[in-house]
Amino acid sequence: MSSETRQILTTDGIPLEVSLKKAERKNKIKAFLLVAPLLLFLLITYIFPIGDMLLRSVDDKMVTEMLPKTFKSMEDWDGNEMPPEEVFEAFYLDFQKLVEEKRDGKLSTQLNYTKNGFKSILKKLRRKAKNFEEGNYKEQIMAVHKRWADVEYWRAIKRRAPAFTSSKYLKGMDMYKNEEGKIVSVKEDRRIHRVLWLRTLEIAFFVTLLCFLMAYPIAHLLATLPMKYSNLLMICVLLPFWTSLLVRTASWMILLQQQGVVNDFFVMIGLVADDNRPEMMYNKTGTYVAMTQILLPFMVLPLYSVMKTISPSLMRAGKSLGGTPFVTFWKVYFPLTIPGIGAGCLLVFILAIGYYITPALVGGASGTLISNQIAFHMKSTLDWSFASAMGLMLLAGVLAIYWIYNKLVGIDNIKLG
Amino acid sequence: MALPKYTEPHYRIWHYTYIFICTCVFFFLIAPLFVIFPLSFNAEEFLSFSEGMKNLDPDAFSLRWYKDMIYGTKNPWGLAAKNSFIIAIFATLGSVLLGTVAALGLSSRHMPYKGLIMATLISPMIVPLIISGVAIFFFMAKAGLAATHTGIILAHIILGTPFVVITVTATLSGFDHSVTRAASSLGSDPVNTFMKITLPLILPGVISGGLFAFVTSFDEVVVVLFLAGLENTTIPIQMWTGLREQLSPTILAVATCLIILSTLILVTAELLRRRSERLRGINR
Repeated sequence: MSSETRQILTTDGIPLEVSLKKAERKNKIKAFLLVAPLLLFLLITYIFPIGDMLLRSVDDKMVTEMLPKTFKSMEDWDGNEMPPEEVFEAFYLDFQKLVEEKRDGKLSTQLNYTKNGFKSILKKLRRKAKNFEEGNYKEQIMAVHKRWADVEYWRAIKRRAPAFTSSKYLKGMDMYKNEEGKIVSVKEDRRIHRVLWLRTLEIAFFVTLLCFLMAYPIAHLLATLPMKYSNLLMICVLLPFWTSLLVRTASWMILLQQQGVVNDFFVMIGLVADDNRPEMMYNKTGTYVAMTQILLPFMVLPLYSVMKTISPSLMRAGKSLGGTPFVTFWKVYFPLTIPGIGAGCLLVFILAIGYYITPALVGGASGTLISNQIAFHMKSTLDWSFASAMGLMLLAGVLAIYWIYNKLVGIDNIKLG
Repeated sequence: MALPKYTEPHYRIWHYTYIFICTCVFFFLIAPLFVIFPLSFNAEEFLSFSEGMKNLDPDAFSLRWYKDMIYGTKNPWGLAAKNSFIIAIFATLGSVLLGTVAALGLSSRHMPYKGLIMATLISPMIVPLIISGVAIFFFMAKAGLAATHTGIILAHIILGTPFVVITVTATLSGFDHSVTRAASSLGSDPVNTFMKITLPLILPGVISGGLFAFVTSFDEVVVVLFLAGLENTTIPIQMWTGLREQLSPTILAVATCLIILSTLILVTAELLRRRSERLRGINR
């Protein structure tokens, strides 16, 4: 058989198999060339910059480059006793060079991050170093300030030798490397980041839950009503979906403020006293309410598109077999909607976990999320490497959720409206 | 939703509870948008209903905030609107062009590594915006495109293409490839086939993807906050600054205009979706 198939030739005298493979390859290349422009564009402007964030987040070359001779001479120093004369000489030379280039300020900031107290002794050293005599730098430097004679400070300098560091990631989880190189947590009252991570998860989880509880009944109603009514009601879902996020946030700011419509209503029905209006904005409540309303359409749409495909005869069959409406719903209808629930929850959870605008406007101090912290470090403290590290930690979380979802339900079930 | 006469009382109660819950949720969804309309006609400088408004006194309503929006001194809205439209239009064109071509390639059954490439192409939609913002900012700063229109347009193309890729691949999934083969067998070259046969058939998908891209760009604030300088201010940036600093009713006038715009977009998108379903032979 195989010899016969090999003999089938095309009109050009090339075996059919070869010719087919060639055509196949040509098609593959053609398809790939169509995708190539966008792929290339995204790789350059988007995927590589995310890689750049990774480099930035572990990058610690700044100090390494500022004190090259010092770190070279420190290689043989075990860190138990005071470093030898070469180290002092190398440090003196490096430092003089930095002073000439006016970069010693940066060094003192960086070293102060590692150990408090560097700022003042570096300033003092700069002043005194002008009058240093050649040779015996160890004694001259140690005489500047008693901390220069403290081996702890030299160890702190040595810790900055590696060009890469995990310290930004540790800081993101409120941990740091202590003097012995062990990873420990910061004091309990200074663990701000853990609080933020937990709050982000908590808010994303409850917003998803609230969205699910509210979206399920209305998606069901939309899917079961006759077309002419459901189209009308669908507008209530789609109009917020297409409306600017800032407009929707603005409307919540108007509604929830102390003299706002919701508070007016509460006063009118006598729920609260006029002089005791509750603060509903600039705290967690504001974040919850606004985010739930804003993300609700993202839950309704996938649920609706799944429910639309469920035939009503299934429910009738269940009932005719003796199931009460509740049992039929629970045993027949609900399991069929699980792909929609999965898609909706995934979408809402992932959108919620990275939310920035709404919490920043209505969240106040107690309702802000991890994204706000990232933006804060990007714009205010300019600690871009820390912002990168936090961003990548968030991204890792999001990708993990996607991966789990893909294993459980399959990513192809996501639809857009 | 009338119930049959034989319905037992407790199911009847349950049914009306269900309708009541649904009504509340619909109210929760749509009502916040409508609070903006009346307040944007407020004659006073407050963002709550004045006594006059509650009594429907005509003097309590005015168009002063709309006038302020258009003619106000040192007013940023004109520049912002111009920038927003320029950026959104170019970003939409770019996204539609790149996205449609890529979707054509992705829908080919010869496409190698389809899953991986699809994941890469739609990643800007999956990655939280704040992270995209940081990454794009790093790129634009290095490329010298920060605080330029070009930079913002490129950023919005990145964010807009996934929507075009998704909608166009969805349209192409119901596409009958025998019509393009028929065109080729009749002697049409690939470009001609695409322009005369494929494009008219997938056009609803392309346009609705374009609408998504337009809205994404027009409403985008996180990435623009990182990228924009004073010259590149957009409507969302102005709203963001306004909402953070002083809530002036002018913002509500702008918001009303934006709601009207989104209503128009919604209607267009819905008409397109129905047309597309009809063309693809999906009858519900």
